[in-house]
Amino acid sequence: MTATKTPGEPPSPAIPAPAPAPGVAGRRTRRAFWRNPWRHPWFLEGFTWLYLIWSLAPIVIAVLFSFNNGRSQSTWQGFSWRWYFSDPVNSVWHDPQLHAAVIQTVRLSVLTTVIAVPLGVAFALGINRWRGPVPATFNFVMILSYVIPELIFGVSMFFVFTTLFSTVHLGTLAEVLGLVTWNVSWPAIVVQARLVTIGRHYEEAAADLGANPFQVMRRVMVPLLAPAIFASAVLVFSGVIDDFVIVDLLSSSAGNTPMSVIIYSTQHGGNGGPALNALGSIMLAMSLIIVILGYAGYRLLTRGERGGGVAALAAISGEA
Amino acid sequence: MRRRKNIFWIALAAPGILWLAILFIVPFYAVLAIAMGKLDQLIEAPVAVWNPFAWSSSSVIDVWRDIFGSASFAGPILLRTILYTAIASLLCLLIGYPAAYFVARFAGRRKGLFLVLLIAPFWISYMMRMLAWIDLLSTGGYVNKALGWVGISPVNWLGGNSATVVLGLVYGYIPYLIMVLYAGLDRIDPALLEAGRDLGLGRARTFVHVTLPLSRQPILTGLLITVLPMLGDYYTNQMLSGAASTSMIGNLIQGQLGTPGLEGQGAVLSLTLLLVLLIPMIYYVIATNREATR
Repeated sequence: MTATKTPGEPPSPAIPAPAPAPGVAGRRTRRAFWRNPWRHPWFLEGFTWLYLIWSLAPIVIAVLFSFNNGRSQSTWQGFSWRWYFSDPVNSVWHDPQLHAAVIQTVRLSVLTTVIAVPLGVAFALGINRWRGPVPATFNFVMILSYVIPELIFGVSMFFVFTTLFSTVHLGTLAEVLGLVTWNVSWPAIVVQARLVTIGRHYEEAAADLGANPFQVMRRVMVPLLAPAIFASAVLVFSGVIDDFVIVDLLSSSAGNTPMSVIIYSTQHGGNGGPALNALGSIMLAMSLIIVILGYAGYRLLTRGERGGGVAALAAISGEA
Repeated sequence: MRRRKNIFWIALAAPGILWLAILFIVPFYAVLAIAMGKLDQLIEAPVAVWNPFAWSSSSVIDVWRDIFGSASFAGPILLRTILYTAIASLLCLLIGYPAAYFVARFAGRRKGLFLVLLIAPFWISYMMRMLAWIDLLSTGGYVNKALGWVGISPVNWLGGNSATVVLGLVYGYIPYLIMVLYAGLDRIDPALLEAGRDLGLGRARTFVHVTLPLSRQPILTGLLITVLPMLGDYYTNQMLSGAASTSMIGNLIQGQLGTPGLEGQGAVLSLTLLLVLLIPMIYYVIATNREATR
C-alpha cells in the first residue's frame, strides 16, 4: 500500500482564502488529518484495545487474587501460596476434592489424546482414499459430530450410558468414551486438510519405487503428516482440559469430577472462595504450558515451511 | 493389487467408523427410543422402547403441552432463549467486527501480538472466565466498587439479572466469532480495496461497497458459531444467575436429566432442538467446506 494521493480524490471544497487568522492553522491540520485517506485508524485501534482489556483483564484479576493472603476477591491482603498448598484444609493441595479434580483432569486429557488421535488419523487416511458411499456417509457423520451443540451430544451420551450400555457406568470410562467421540473430529479434520495440501505425488513415487502400503505409511505419510498429527494432539489435549458439558453430564462422584465441573458446581449459588481461583489458575497454567510446548513443537516440525509464527499459532488453535 | 490397496484403506478407516457408529449414531437412537418410550410408573425411570412400532407419544404430548398448553411454562423459556441469543449474538457482532477488521487490515507488523491476544480466551477454560466475572460482579466486587465511586448504589448483578446473563453469553462466545471474522477479513484481497479507493471512493464508502459485501459469508458463519452453542448453554446462566427468571432451553433440558419422571421430556426437547438446528448446522458445514476448497 503506497501513500500516494488517489487521483480520484474530490477537489477540496472552496475554502475562503483570506489571511490565516490564528487558530485556522490548527483547524487546517485537523482537516488535513481527516482528509488523509491513509491516516491510521486511531478510533478502531482504541476500540480493539478496549475490547482486549475487557476480554483479558478479568482473568488477570482472578489469577492475581488466587495469590491473595485472605478470603477477599477485591481487597489485596498480601501475596501467599495459601490457596495452592500452604493452607492445611482449604488449599488445592490439601482439599481432597480439589486435589482429585486436578488429577482427574490430567488423566482424562492423557487418555483421550492417546485414544482419539490415532483413531482420528487412521480414520482420516482411510476415509480420504477409500471411495464409496460408506466413507462419504461417515465423513459427514464425523463433521456432524464437530458442529453439533455439545449439550445435545452430551444428552445422547448420558442416555446411552444410563440405559443401553449400562455396564459402562457414569464415571471415568463413560467420560473417556464421550470425550474421545467428541474430539476424534479434530485429528480427522486437521489431517484431511493436510492431506489435501500434500497431494499424492510422494506416496505414488514411493509406491513406484517398490514400497508396500505399510512402508508408504511409515516412511512417507506419517513423517509428512507429523505437524498435523502433532497440532491435533495439542488441540485434543487442551480441549479436554477446558471441556465442561460432557464431563459434567457423565461424572458421577467426587473421585471422577474434573476441575471445570468443580469450579462450576462449587461456584454457582455462592462464593466458592479463593481456592477456586487457584484451581482455575492451575487449569490456565496447564493450558498455557500445552500451548507453548505446542507452538514450539509445531515450529520445529515445520522448519523451512512458509507461514512462520502466525501459521503455527493458527494450526494449534484449530484455525488451519 | 488395486483390491488389496482398497482393503488397506478400509482397515484404516474401520476403527473410526465403528467407533462413530457405536458411540455417535447408536446414542442418538437411544435418545429417540427414550423420547418415544414409556415411563416406569413405579420408579419413575424412563423405559427405552427400541421397536419403532411400539413407540408411544406420551412424552411428545407432554412437551407440546408444556410449550403451547394453557399452563405453559416452557413457552416463555423458549421465547427468552431466542431473545437472549439474538441480542447476545448481535452484540458479539457489533463488538467483534471492528476488532477483527482492525487486526486484519491495520495491525501491520503487530499482527502477531494482536492475534495472540485475540486467541488467548480460547486457551482459558470457560469456567475460569465465568469465575473471573463472578468475582468482579459480586456484592463487594470491583464493578460495584467502581459504581460506588460515581455514587451509584451497589447492583445485585448475580441474582437473576438478564443483562448479566446476556453479557456473560457475549463474553463467553465472542472470541469464536472474532476468529471467524478475522479469517474472512484477512482473506480479502487488498487490491480490491485499493481499486475502490483509486476509483474515488472514500474510506467509508469503500467499506460499505467493498469490504462489507465481501464479509457477508464470514458474518453468517461467525453468527452460527456463536448461536449454536448459545442455544445449548446452561452453565453461563447457572453460574451468573441461577434464577428461574432467566433460565433458557439449555437449563430446561439439563434440569430434566436425572429428574425422575422428566427424562423422557428431556430427550424429546433435546431431539427437537437438534432437528431445528440441523439445517443451520449443515449450512455451516457446506459454507466452511466451500471456503476451504476455494
